Amino acid sequence: MDIERIDQIIDKHQGVASSLIQILLEIQSENHWLPREAIERVSEKLHVPLSRIQHISTFYKAFSLVPKGRHEIHVCMGTACHVRGAMRVLDTVQDLTGIKPGETDLDLKFSLETVNCLGCCALGPVMEIDGKIHGKLLPSETADVLKSYE
Amino acid sequence: MSEIHLQIDGKKVEANEGMTVLEAAQSADIFIPTLCHHEKLEPFGACRICTVEVEVRGRTKLVVSCVYPVEENLVVRTRSEKIDRIRKTLLELMLAHAPDSEQLQDLAGEYGADKDRFEKEASFCIHCGLCVRYCAEVKKKNAVGFVDRGIRKEISFIPEIASKECNSCKECFSLCPTSYLQAAFVLTEALAFPRASSQTALKK
Amino acid sequence: MVRLNSPEELEKFRQEIVSKKDTNKPCISICAGTGCLASGASEVIAAFKAEIKKQGLKTDVDTKGTGCPGFCERGPVVVIYPEEICYLGVTSEDVPEIISQTIKEKKVVDRLLYVDPTTGEKAIHEYDISFYKNQERNVICNNIKIDPKNIDDYLAIGGYSALAKAFSRMTDEEVLSEVKKSNLRGRGGGGFPTGRKWEGSRNAPEKIKYVIVNADEGDPGAFMDRGLLEGNPHSILEGLIIGAYAIGSHEGYIYVRQEYPLAVENITLAIKQADEYGLLGKNILGSGFDFKVIVHQGAGAFVCGESTALMTALEGRVGEPRPKYIHSNISGLWNKPTVLNNVETWANVPLIINKGADWFNKFGTEGSKGTKIFSLVGKITNTGLVEVPMGITLKDIIYKIGGGIPGGKKFKAVQTGGPSGGCIPEELLDLEVDFDELTKAGSMMGSGGMIVMDEDTCMVDVARYFIHFLTDESCGKCLPCREGLRQMDKILTNITKGKGKEGNIELLEELSKTAIEASLCALGKTAPNPFLSTLRYFRDEYEAHIREKRCPALSCKELISYYIDPDKCRACMICLKKCPAGAIDGGKNKIHVVDQEKCTKCGTCFEVCPSRFGAVKKISGEPVPSPIPEEERIMIRKSKEK
Repeated sequence: MDIERIDQIIDKHQGVASSLIQILLEIQSENHWLPREAIERVSEKLHVPLSRIQHISTFYKAFSLVPKGRHEIHVCMGTACHVRGAMRVLDTVQDLTGIKPGETDLDLKFSLETVNCLGCCALGPVMEIDGKIHGKLLPSETADVLKSYE
Repeated sequence: MSEIHLQIDGKKVEANEGMTVLEAAQSADIFIPTLCHHEKLEPFGACRICTVEVEVRGRTKLVVSCVYPVEENLVVRTRSEKIDRIRKTLLELMLAHAPDSEQLQDLAGEYGADKDRFEKEASFCIHCGLCVRYCAEVKKKNAVGFVDRGIRKEISFIPEIASKECNSCKECFSLCPTSYLQAAFVLTEALAFPRASSQTALKK
Repeated sequence: MVRLNSPEELEKFRQEIVSKKDTNKPCISICAGTGCLASGASEVIAAFKAEIKKQGLKTDVDTKGTGCPGFCERGPVVVIYPEEICYLGVTSEDVPEIISQTIKEKKVVDRLLYVDPTTGEKAIHEYDISFYKNQERNVICNNIKIDPKNIDDYLAIGGYSALAKAFSRMTDEEVLSEVKKSNLRGRGGGGFPTGRKWEGSRNAPEKIKYVIVNADEGDPGAFMDRGLLEGNPHSILEGLIIGAYAIGSHEGYIYVRQEYPLAVENITLAIKQADEYGLLGKNILGSGFDFKVIVHQGAGAFVCGESTALMTALEGRVGEPRPKYIHSNISGLWNKPTVLNNVETWANVPLIINKGADWFNKFGTEGSKGTKIFSLVGKITNTGLVEVPMGITLKDIIYKIGGGIPGGKKFKAVQTGGPSGGCIPEELLDLEVDFDELTKAGSMMGSGGMIVMDEDTCMVDVARYFIHFLTDESCGKCLPCREGLRQMDKILTNITKGKGKEGNIELLEELSKTAIEASLCALGKTAPNPFLSTLRYFRDEYEAHIREKRCPALSCKELISYYIDPDKCRACMICLKKCPAGAIDGGKNKIHVVDQEKCTKCGTCFEVCPSRFGAVKKISGEPVPSPIPEEERIMIRKSKEK
């Protein structure tokens, strides 16, 4: 991501320190992760210490300090999904992809994250990939779902 | 500054408006244990060791004295069965991280805390935050900060800043109750400080 | 673009919109909330539009994507006006039939109707369906009637008339007074009297004051606020402006979690449209009152639902809660008086102003007036959003509205209040739901998540789940919460893995007490609740796990074994083929046996064994029977020829 684009995003929020999180969210959304250069630029322009941005980018789960895979798998671990067997879906996904939540596979194909409630509780257990919701999921079905992604 | 009259452990204490209960107690030579408190820093309220019982308008509640502001006619108790039990458990939780810390051991003796109550934890940081806050508020360098949250929270040096500032400062080292800070610094220095020589080597 | 400069102009504009509507003209309303969209609603909407175009009916029939009507289990939901015929589980294949039968020939498509599970009766209209009949849908009823992306729809049903009334016929003090009189209590979980909170800020000497909508909705299993914010964003905006007027605030924030992109989109659009009409900004409706509102997104932190942490996040910092020794309505955002209320609380305000506090007080119990929206989820037949008067029994919610427990399973408990709440067992099903009754039972109202659990749910695992959730979501600043939860998580995990020891329960109780007494914020103080309430009502399960290494619900993986009953196995090979670990030995005529060494306890065999055989069993707390001798495993099938 080039410095110009980062500056554009910062200026859009009037370069105010209280908009720090909104600025980082935009960078994350466009770039799919927060490179060091982006964080340093934001720190410089907003006059906010690097340590604060470091804390914010690790405290909030929306941010990633490492590149993500082409397909982001989110397995919902909300209570309603949990009660309908989300743990077993997660175990199966872990076995199939070889990665644990928070990790990305070596081909940069899949990134896996758990999320705490997507608000689709009627369809639990739920797995979301690239914005598409796969609901009422049985562990035995997960292999087929994952195969459909290149 | 208007004068506030309160009572701590049965003793009449006069304080100024805006003071905390801890400050009022210290001014009257009444001891309340603390860990994350430092006179040069804003009160943090993280360790909860300074918890006291206060009675106001007929109701009793537990508050941390380093943050709670003095009030007219406040009645404060710095020791009780409940308070002692809380402090004992808090110490045991910290001793699981840093059983050899002198500061913790001193307090443990007073409250009968058992350092083996809980299984030992890998990190000996107790998150008092003194290092982070001192560097931010007093030195204004922000060379060390927190990362993450919950049980994964840790302190972390910023290599670019620490490599320039810390070796000539190290004022925070004496504040750390467990020496975790020094260990973290040495590790960061070894692993992450930018080295001019290795960078030129990479360019070749 | 119209700019409405007075309440009279607003009324006139509203009449114009209403007069242009033909109430006899059919309107097909399709729920376009996140839940139904995930079930295929956008395909259904597109199919309707295409079919209507194909049949040349564009001027005769309206279609609109609407807000969520709450019956999420049976989505996509379609309601056809003016008859209010309700079709459930609609797919794009059903669309041509609906157009030809219902729209053109005024006939009902039977197979898409709701069938009452006990009587077998079909319900044609939305209001006949037992799921809806037993609710009191004061707040959420308008969702299905409007397109949330169109402010004119909201105006057509009387939207912003409460604002007009407040500005033209009430002083700011009278507005505050009415809200106080209504006894409205916060719907976010704390249940604090809203009027009193507003009054504290109103009376604070500071000139700058803030109002905030808390749309962080972090409780897993709760999505009421999503339903409201996506489905009827203007209702919240209207309540917020009225509240700002009563308090004297000119700047508001709406903090929406970023996991709700549609809600962010719809509220942002609503603000833009309200601004264009002069319902926001300077000199609203010519009253001289200025108010602007900014949307801030959350960044994935449950703790930011706590009001002081939310304010800290708005200031651009990590969401660490602050002590509440000085309340935030006196010193909150940027240390100014701040009124923070939940989405549902704000949505109730226009109703109270329009219909009066006396009307509001007609609903509910002595201590809890009005209605509450719950997200009824988990092991329940009718999953969705339900709005009920306070005082309704849990039994009525679960059975009359929820349709009971699916799969013939037995009810075990209902969890309310999210990670701060507790589980309520069968013996308390007659409990009349209100703030105080739920607290007395060891739980709390919380934001409205209501998770139903059945005989297959392990209550020790439920406690472990919530504690584990909080070890990640706690801000980690204070000791009793961070370290207390760390140890509780370890102990509870060990118990579910068969490594529990005598003394564990007492240690968990002590850690709970310390967290309750010494934590910095409400997250820490209420964190032990799920553990304490499951211990209170299901102590036997804890003891079975610790003393007998047995999970009574047959759920904890390390404590169960899968066993194929040789008397029931018909050697159909289904489980053998599906087993991902290759742990089943057997053949076409050889009774199958699970190799316990290889078994990963995934449960696939249990899932796939045909129900007419039911040969796979779960065993816990006792040794697995040894396999029967090889010879006895060979099946001799009866010959098909006679």
